[in-house]
Amino acid sequence: MKRADICVAAIADCFRDEADILCNPIGISPIIGGRLAKATFSPDVVMTDAVSVLATNPLPLNDPSAERTIEAYAPYRTIFDIVWSGRRHVMMGATQIDQYGNQNIAAIGDYKKPKAQLLGLRGSPGNLINHRTSYWVPSHSQRSFVSEVDIVSGPGYDRMRTLGKPDNRFHDVHRVVSNLGVFDFETSDNRMRIRSIHPGTEVGEVIENTSFEMVIPEDIVQTRVPSEDELRIMDLIDPRGMRYQEVPE
Amino acid sequence: MADKVITEEEFIDELESGMTIGVGGWGSRRKPMSLVRSIMRSGVTDLTVVSYGGPEIGILSATGQMKKAVYGFVSLDSIPLEPHFRVARQTGAIEAIEFDEGAFYLGLLAASHRVPFYPTRAGLGSDMMAMNPELQTVVSPYPGPDGGEGETLVAIPAFDIDLSIIHMNRADAGGNGQFLGPDLYFDDLFAMAAKRTFMSCEKVIPTQEFLNEGSVHTLKIPRIFVDGVIEAPMGAHFTECPPDYGRDENFQKLYAETAKDQELWDSFNQKYLQTNSHEEYLAAVNSGEQDE
Repeated sequence: MKRADICVAAIADCFRDEADILCNPIGISPIIGGRLAKATFSPDVVMTDAVSVLATNPLPLNDPSAERTIEAYAPYRTIFDIVWSGRRHVMMGATQIDQYGNQNIAAIGDYKKPKAQLLGLRGSPGNLINHRTSYWVPSHSQRSFVSEVDIVSGPGYDRMRTLGKPDNRFHDVHRVVSNLGVFDFETSDNRMRIRSIHPGTEVGEVIENTSFEMVIPEDIVQTRVPSEDELRIMDLIDPRGMRYQEVPE
Repeated sequence: MADKVITEEEFIDELESGMTIGVGGWGSRRKPMSLVRSIMRSGVTDLTVVSYGGPEIGILSATGQMKKAVYGFVSLDSIPLEPHFRVARQTGAIEAIEFDEGAFYLGLLAASHRVPFYPTRAGLGSDMMAMNPELQTVVSPYPGPDGGEGETLVAIPAFDIDLSIIHMNRADAGGNGQFLGPDLYFDDLFAMAAKRTFMSCEKVIPTQEFLNEGSVHTLKIPRIFVDGVIEAPMGAHFTECPPDYGRDENFQKLYAETAKDQELWDSFNQKYLQTNSHEEYLAAVNSGEQDE
């Protein structure tokens, strides 16, 4: 079983039991995982074609000519309206993420004159404060799982505790999926915890590659492996195997 | 219906140093690039550019004409980060006012509706607030969801835009605009938010032909918000303008490469951008393709 396939199934599981929301994964493996969830156990989520419509059929990755069954028009303005309505679960990348789930995709260094300008805040501030968010980090290392992020594009649980109720009530960092495991914040102080580790990964590897102290449960569960049927659907969505480039063995 | 069709030179006469210019489109999609080159040719400086940023931000920072950028992001889509913008940020060459993408929409909407701000949750708890020390919050005058004190929200200020430029697929001489692609983006708000708006288009057509081109839903730019129309076929090149044409990815790559090397930029700028008219630019692009 290839690691990339396990990651995609783990991403799909982030959207399990969800319905009547915009499932909005961003990036290669997240899009494959989201479309897999919709094609299998979460048929009642809606998804975009990455341009301007919601399509009911599972679309192949980066194929603008693929046949679409269009169910709604969703230009960017509508996407923002959906963000603010709360009917959305986004999965974004994170160049840096810390133990409370603070995300940085904005820049490295000082904001005023950054050492490295990254993507910027993009939609992170609005996403985090309005609806459920998960993260995908294809390369789990001490450089990505950091003790403190340089810039908070998407605020984590400590920031939300400071903000207080009722302003923080829609904040919900759900899962972090990396090439090593699946993580959540279901601890008393919302620190990041190992939810499962991928087959072939040792706990020590997660600890070594994380700059902060990860919460480790007593019984460590292994991430499930995808079924034959799921692998077949992954190949339909990603016929060129782009997921294997994102997550090498 | 007054005829608002003007030339590039007449558009240039509208420009002044120190202006705040709104630019429609989104990333590397349906950007009014011929008008951006007119801005270059005009020589105006100290500009503030407000946009869902694409190459206009990179180009006007590379020419040194833009001192400040107000944006939701700056991207070339297939190249995720605008390379000239990256250089400008990392050298501290421009002042940057960055908003959450959705919050940016509210700055346009507030300006369009002539209210000082629109409230939103976007930004609470994130560094968007620290990055923009002038940004304020407001407390709702209405009770909160628990019946207690009102919620705290971020007050996104109305963008004060002197002049907007947008590019449409079709327009009539009176200044009505039609988009035929997948998304209007926020071009109607750019037109409404600004004191004056200039619209380039692929083709000027008689008003009665609009509905031969697209449904009534595509007529989103009414002439009351438009001050001048400039016909510029391929006017969005190298950004995409579907269904008329897609993005010129090769040319965009050529442009992106120039951020690495001053000499590359100088020769690219000289050959393509510092041309005397849109027609000259298109001729240079065509001859460039033949060179390859």
